Amino acid sequence: MTRSIQLDNVSKMFTLRYHRTFKEITVAMARGHQISHTFKAVDDVSFTVEQGEAIGLMGLNGSGKSTLLKMISGVMKPDEGTVLTRGRIAGLIATGAGFHPQLTGRDNLVLNAAILGMSEQELSRKFDEIVEFSGLEKKLETQVGYYSSGQSARLGFSVAIHVDSDIFLADEALAVGDKPFKRKCMQKMKEVRDSGRTIFYVSHAAASVKKMCSRVIVLEEGRLGFDGDVEEGIKYLHYDGDELDEEGDELDADEDTGDDV
Amino acid sequence: MIDNGPVERLESVPLAPPSSNNGLLAVFQRRYLLRLLVRREISARYQGSFLGLMWSYINPLSHFLVYWAVIGGILGLHKTVPNFPVHIFAGLIVVHFFTETFGAGTRSIVRNRSIVQKMPLPREMFPVATMLVSLYHVVPQVVIMVVACLLSGWTPDLYGMVCALLGIGVIMLIGTASALIFSVANVFFRDFGNIVNVLQMFVRFGVPMIYPYSIIDERFGRFAQFYTWNPLADAVLLFQRAFWVGTTAGPDDHVPGGYRTVAYTAAHDMPPNLILIGLAMVAVGALFLLLAQLIFTKFENKIPERL
Repeated sequence: MTRSIQLDNVSKMFTLRYHRTFKEITVAMARGHQISHTFKAVDDVSFTVEQGEAIGLMGLNGSGKSTLLKMISGVMKPDEGTVLTRGRIAGLIATGAGFHPQLTGRDNLVLNAAILGMSEQELSRKFDEIVEFSGLEKKLETQVGYYSSGQSARLGFSVAIHVDSDIFLADEALAVGDKPFKRKCMQKMKEVRDSGRTIFYVSHAAASVKKMCSRVIVLEEGRLGFDGDVEEGIKYLHYDGDELDEEGDELDADEDTGDDV
Repeated sequence: MIDNGPVERLESVPLAPPSSNNGLLAVFQRRYLLRLLVRREISARYQGSFLGLMWSYINPLSHFLVYWAVIGGILGLHKTVPNFPVHIFAGLIVVHFFTETFGAGTRSIVRNRSIVQKMPLPREMFPVATMLVSLYHVVPQVVIMVVACLLSGWTPDLYGMVCALLGIGVIMLIGTASALIFSVANVFFRDFGNIVNVLQMFVRFGVPMIYPYSIIDERFGRFAQFYTWNPLADAVLLFQRAFWVGTTAGPDDHVPGGYRTVAYTAAHDMPPNLILIGLAMVAVGALFLLLAQLIFTKFENKIPERL
């Protein structure tokens, strides 16, 4: 087995500043108020991932999932500990990727692909495929600022999934997509998983994590709460009982996906 | 599309931090991305404006007209400085190149925050791209000046061309270094965007653009050498040596003998050993860039959370 991702005692501190201007800071200090507050968004997290594993990263809002993913993708660096990865990384950090609202869909697509490490030749070979997958042929020359959140997520996902990466990160990538697109994405991600790439999939939908992943990691207020079997992880989060009511829609989508695959 | 044997191939790749950051080197290793960013910046800088790219010429041109009218006409430097318009214009190209790099470079990271927050890429890309865009705008201005110089009897010389290249090189280095430092500072406190405006005013008056170097030489005597410690002033002098000096031959009452030669201007209006000064300033610029990179690397980690 080849090790794909290795985290050793990783922590990330964030400093919340209540005041920004000189005047506010002096007034607050004179009154003896706190002017900033430091907290750990990710707190002493360690785990390793082997190449080809599909990890479901779960946890409540604000538990540090996106911050962890940003450190794995290289956008942020840990304040303590080390993050090591092997091979090329592609993926989405939160919906909408890093798009420039004033640029057209085409320009953003090209730029995004280049940032994720595609060469000019690789991109020209895959361009049509990416556009076709996104289903945005008609809106390609429109500024991304006028896209709906679902549409920009589609474009971001389409670019990221077509990069020849060894690690694929998807942070709630499918949360805003519509049903047919979700189905398409799940199918594509399964292809990616079966080709031996490592997947990191953030989702609140217990059913799609069950379908996609071979292991679940749960974060609780920045700390590693659970790491192991998928079913147990979902039980640990108490997502198993109420999934039929709240995640009913998600389940349907995944049932459909199941039929197609 | 999907790799057939990623596992076997990967065994030879070592585990490494996801963003192995080698700063400016990474910028030039990823030339395709840099090219895209430069091209985008060119089209985006004046986006939504009716005159678009023409602002890059209107801006220096209006400065030129004001200086020409006020300093040349009202304060009377037309009489003492031969071919004063070319003198101003040579200085203005250099100054404008620097202020544009500095100003737009300072805002570059904040302006691209949507990308910086979510995508892993060397963040030095943005200030460097800004410098290259400003350099792109220098080209037509130089063409205009060459035409103006040729019309006033200028013949290009090798020494002058070396001077011009050194001058541009100095600004590229100093401009990129300043943009690097201020772009990251601007993330933490937007005040730096305003400080830049103040500094740019100092730049305009701290270089021999609207007054000739000979005035400094006359007023300050041996202290004039301290003036040449300012790399921006040297870049302007180098540019003037390349273009303006060659246009100054002609009858002139202020010169002994009543006729000014190019050699006289080169000796009288330029500091001695100009090329040596230029080379020294390229070295200073390189050191400054190194320092800027160190500062940038130190604070870069905090950029995504402070944006």
